[in-house]
Amino acid sequence: MNILSLLNSLPGSVAQGLIWGILAMGIYVTYKVLDIADLTVDGSLCTGGAVAAVMIAGGVEPLVAVLFAIFAGMAAGLVTGVLHTVFKIPAILSGILTQLALYSVNMRIMGKSNVTISRTKYDLLLTSFDNTTAIVVSAVFVLIVVILLYWFFGTELGCAVRATGGNERMARAQGINTDRMKVLGLVISNGLVGLAGGILAQYQGNADINMGRGAIVIGLAAVVIGEVTFGRISNFAVRLFGTTFGAIVYYAVLAFVLWLGLETTDLKLFSAITVAVFLSVPQLKKIFGKVRTRKGGC
Amino acid sequence: MLKLTDITKTFNAGTVNQKVALNGVSLTLNEGDFVTVIGGNGAGKSTMLNAVAGTFLVDSGTIEIGGKDVTRLSEAKRAAHLGRVFQDPMMGTCADMWIEENLALAKRRGKKRGLGWSITAKERAEYKEQLAQLGLGLEDRLSTKVGLLSGGQRQALTLLMATMNRPQILLLDEHTAALDPKTAEKVLNLSDKIIRDEGLTALMVTHNMKDAIAHGNRLIMMNAGKIILDVSGEEKKALTVEALLEAFSRVSGAEFANDRALLS
Repeated sequence: MNILSLLNSLPGSVAQGLIWGILAMGIYVTYKVLDIADLTVDGSLCTGGAVAAVMIAGGVEPLVAVLFAIFAGMAAGLVTGVLHTVFKIPAILSGILTQLALYSVNMRIMGKSNVTISRTKYDLLLTSFDNTTAIVVSAVFVLIVVILLYWFFGTELGCAVRATGGNERMARAQGINTDRMKVLGLVISNGLVGLAGGILAQYQGNADINMGRGAIVIGLAAVVIGEVTFGRISNFAVRLFGTTFGAIVYYAVLAFVLWLGLETTDLKLFSAITVAVFLSVPQLKKIFGKVRTRKGGC
Repeated sequence: MLKLTDITKTFNAGTVNQKVALNGVSLTLNEGDFVTVIGGNGAGKSTMLNAVAGTFLVDSGTIEIGGKDVTRLSEAKRAAHLGRVFQDPMMGTCADMWIEENLALAKRRGKKRGLGWSITAKERAEYKEQLAQLGLGLEDRLSTKVGLLSGGQRQALTLLMATMNRPQILLLDEHTAALDPKTAEKVLNLSDKIIRDEGLTALMVTHNMKDAIAHGNRLIMMNAGKIILDVSGEEKKALTVEALLEAFSRVSGAEFANDRALLS
């Protein structure tokens, strides 16, 4: 076990953490702001990646391709939003339906299960072969996303979305069309996920049909790690940065357990356990707290 | 100002849980009417208020607010005409948002919400002044999360939010029932003052017969989804709890079934 190899993997972890941080901020919008667990992301991440990869392979500017990746993600969010609000299908099931459908859509977009975009052939925004540039580029995207989200959720419309997630009945009593706000939140969220997909495809040099598998869990891990670390600070921008920080921590820990000798195929189990543990913290605290008071009481 | 014409509502129609909640309710409120609503458990008091608010659409009949037919309008669209305070103090405000953000949400009730900043400096000064009138010290806590306030404070804030745009109808749904007696009295007096000062038209559901008699210029009693008693003016002023109970058993042919009303 060479400590140097672990240190060498650090820049890669930071770059990946920043990219997944964008996805995690999207999940923050649905999971924390709207109080909806949206499973669309497992599909829409790949949709964003697929659209970007296919367009880049077709000679489109990578930045323009990323823009279309955002639109593709937004469209996916719109479908989930309509299923949930117009047809009243529970949010989780709406997300699962869209996600499932997106598998076929993504295959149609790519025509095969994997589209390679070589860094030697195309002028990609970032690549895993140059982590310094990758970190700078993805950090710029993170910064732009944080600024835009911070601004949006301070506007009248953004506050209406927040109120919808916070207290739906109150929001309606204040004349807010809560269904429309939920759709808007899902569109924004999946737009960010599409953006993450478009950037990720360039970073790893390909779009793969399985690239979004378990994305929701990684995003949630980032959100909860950020929450635990920056939970006391209620400033919205800090929370968003905290979420990205959470994604970086997640990828650093991943690199660490790989270095310890875990197989890459074990990582999904590891991710699931990590998220389950973090999400259990409030309940564990309660149980643990009760035991302590009981002891003290006697 | 408000005109209900023969509205009906049946929940879970066609199942064993079928419940006729409103069975032909007609009611006309004139501008400036402050009507208290009493009745037994399940009489349809809250259901009538929710029908006005548009929480659900009625099965038949029409609802007019200020001469406008709103029967088929969604809850969010109707909100432009209404101010609402709920029984649960947690229901009327958003706990995760600041006091000023909650007020700003209410300020924009019935208006288009765009990409402008959610609160302006001018509004902030206005809110401070309005909060000061509540006498709860909230004017210095504009950026406190509402979740940190007590039930009474939240209810007072909700009341301010409900009345700030001068709603055509103010709907108070047992809004003091969940508060301790002292706080309840304070909030009730505050409601009375605001309604009087602003000359609002209001419907107030209460389980407390004394309150129903003491407040407002008109009292209606409901039973089994119908209005069975409608008293106003001098006649209302002369009412007593005993007279109300007697009137109830006379009209409905049953004992008044609302423990809370009898105990308080």
